[in-house]
Amino acid sequence: MEREWSFSTKLLHNEWKVDRHTGAVSVPIQHASTFHQFDFDSFGKYDYSRSGNPTREALEETIAALEGGVRGFAFASGMAAISTAFLLLSKGDHVLVTEDVYGGTYRMITEVLGRFGIEYTFVDMTDLNAVAENIRPNTKVIYMETPSNPLLKVTDIQGVVKLAKAHGCLTFLDNTFMTPALQRPLDLGVDIVLHSATKFLAGHSDVVAGLAVVKDEELGKELYKLQNAFGAVLGVQDAWLVLRGLKTLHVRLKQSSESALVIAEYLARHPKVEDVYYPGLSHHPGHDIQRHQADGFGAVLSFRLADEESARTFVQNVRLPVFAVSLGAVESILSHPAKMSHAAMPKDERLRRGITDGLLRLSVGLEDVNDLIADFEQALSFVKERPSISAR
Amino acid sequence: MEKLETLLAQIGNRSETVTGTVNPPVYFSTAYRHAGIGESTGFDYIRTGNPTRKIVEEAIARLEGGDQGYAFSSGMAAIQTVLALFESGDEFLVSADLYGGTYRLFERGWRKYGLGFHYVDFADLDAVEEKITEKTKAIFLETPTNPLMQEADISAVAKLAKRHGLLLIVDNTFYTPVLQRPIEQGADIVIHSATKYLGGHNDVLAGLVVAKGEDLCQRLAEYQNAIGAVLSPFDSWLLIRGMKTLALRMRQHEENAKRVSAFLREHEDVTDVLYPGRGGMLSFRIADEKWVNGFLKSLRLITFAESLGGVESFITYPATQTHADIPEEIRIQNGICNRLLRFSVGIEHADDLIADLAQAFKHMKEV
Repeated sequence: MEREWSFSTKLLHNEWKVDRHTGAVSVPIQHASTFHQFDFDSFGKYDYSRSGNPTREALEETIAALEGGVRGFAFASGMAAISTAFLLLSKGDHVLVTEDVYGGTYRMITEVLGRFGIEYTFVDMTDLNAVAENIRPNTKVIYMETPSNPLLKVTDIQGVVKLAKAHGCLTFLDNTFMTPALQRPLDLGVDIVLHSATKFLAGHSDVVAGLAVVKDEELGKELYKLQNAFGAVLGVQDAWLVLRGLKTLHVRLKQSSESALVIAEYLARHPKVEDVYYPGLSHHPGHDIQRHQADGFGAVLSFRLADEESARTFVQNVRLPVFAVSLGAVESILSHPAKMSHAAMPKDERLRRGITDGLLRLSVGLEDVNDLIADFEQALSFVKERPSISAR
Repeated sequence: MEKLETLLAQIGNRSETVTGTVNPPVYFSTAYRHAGIGESTGFDYIRTGNPTRKIVEEAIARLEGGDQGYAFSSGMAAIQTVLALFESGDEFLVSADLYGGTYRLFERGWRKYGLGFHYVDFADLDAVEEKITEKTKAIFLETPTNPLMQEADISAVAKLAKRHGLLLIVDNTFYTPVLQRPIEQGADIVIHSATKYLGGHNDVLAGLVVAKGEDLCQRLAEYQNAIGAVLSPFDSWLLIRGMKTLALRMRQHEENAKRVSAFLREHEDVTDVLYPGRGGMLSFRIADEKWVNGFLKSLRLITFAESLGGVESFITYPATQTHADIPEEIRIQNGICNRLLRFSVGIEHADDLIADLAQAFKHMKEV
């Protein structure tokens, strides 16, 4: 029997590792928009690149294998993947969504799905009772992000899946923060895994892409129909860049996660930092569940300074991380959720969810961890000491 | 100075201030507009200088501790351009265990133009010194050597070179600046086939040169522009992308190579393992030449291919691949016998690599 390869090996060795015609060890970029049909009566596998393209297919099959699914789909962005998956819903259906969902997903649900008569409820997904109470007869999808963005709250995936199955609804899970290197939701019973592949999967801040994976053939056919009909597919150059990024996923995530824990521990000790949100810290409320359902804690953490002024001072003085939206790259990225990822959310709603003006999110890159800590130390020295009467 | 890991991850970041782009753009423009006579942004024509190429050139110069870097369309183009520094009648002392492509360029190319090459073993520096004549102008060193993995003492060779006024050129392809920075040890020029570890993904062909010293740097810039074997903007960008994970990859390559070499040393069908204890490259000899083809055919995970330094593991058969251009009797005399295989250990899980080797050893006798 063939030996089952480890995850780090699977990243490099799959059906697509060698081009069948030439033996090339890098997948060729197939720019063709259309394909010649050799037989009048029986058409070949590929006809038009929106419906199927060999380069995109290499990526789709690779992510399917890594997530342990049967079929993968590549989209022009993470939001295109999420939006296309939501097209499985119909007018009158209800979707239950984690309350600290990514701002872009929040916008799609509230401003677009709502217009088409799809109902939604936001719920604290870490509270299984709240989830159960909010399931309605017309609930068709429960949508999870874990760890969530930006507060790194951990959802008990199997707990939610159990509730969903009991009520006959599908579960979607945005696995962007973890990637299959650390968390394989399909193994835990989730129906559709979604990714902003722009982040850790591609990993180099140079490609915008989204992915979806299912492990049920029928659901795969439905989603394929929507991918082809809606047409928000990933371009071939970008598909190739994501494939290239995937090859180092394991080593990148290993390094960044190691550094993230060291930084989280450093920040937790710092007197000017009010809170640190990282599931790798033993006092994090989701620490035990995370240990149980994932193989690591990831490379994203958030921390709270007293107020917007403190956050501004810190950002203005920090030298190494770029100050930008996005995450999951070789370079460390610092962002200010209130004005960036969650700017699409109304202020009172945002504050209610704990995304205060002093909150900063850090995506830890591959820089030397001591260089990063030295940088934070000097930047924090400019932040004013304050009596802790922060406006939480 | 920031640590190497930090420099690598941040290559090209903050390279422009207009858009704030985290990732440097690929400039395809072949020409640059001049505001007026005698006014230039520093870029005129793509062969002379290109903003994307400049980022990788500055990065490698900084990583290697040199003054200036140069990017070329292949490792061989890099060597070719460096050789333009010399004149007819000049002679070189060269590592005897040399990459076949470099040997071919020297013997079939530059010998015609009157350059002379003497192949020596840098393990014996007294013997090397005896070979120096007034015609000797440079030392061309590969360390560790390809494929026999012999390390030379760069500092000692550099002292010898200084004493005799020779230029020291080191091919640092196998170790990269992560493991070895020859300029810091006294070399004048470092050469890379960046196709290997620096690019790291088996998908870009590139060469790099780094030099130290104002006069040398200026002359190399002139020849880079005059010969014109420069790296394209897109390949420069792909190379930058690869270099961002170089430190991580090297760490994993080395960890895996250590485990694989330990496994090979214990295996009854392996007579020698040549591994210097650092980096991701090793060579080994199979007990009987007649098993070599069966071994290569039986590999399921590891790819039988020429080249090295990529994330995927490659095994190469130097006798018919990298060193086919070296006459057989010289090749075998140098130790590159028909039982020798070169292994570029990838970043897969070491257990999977060892399992693949084990099953290939088992099946090779049946093929």
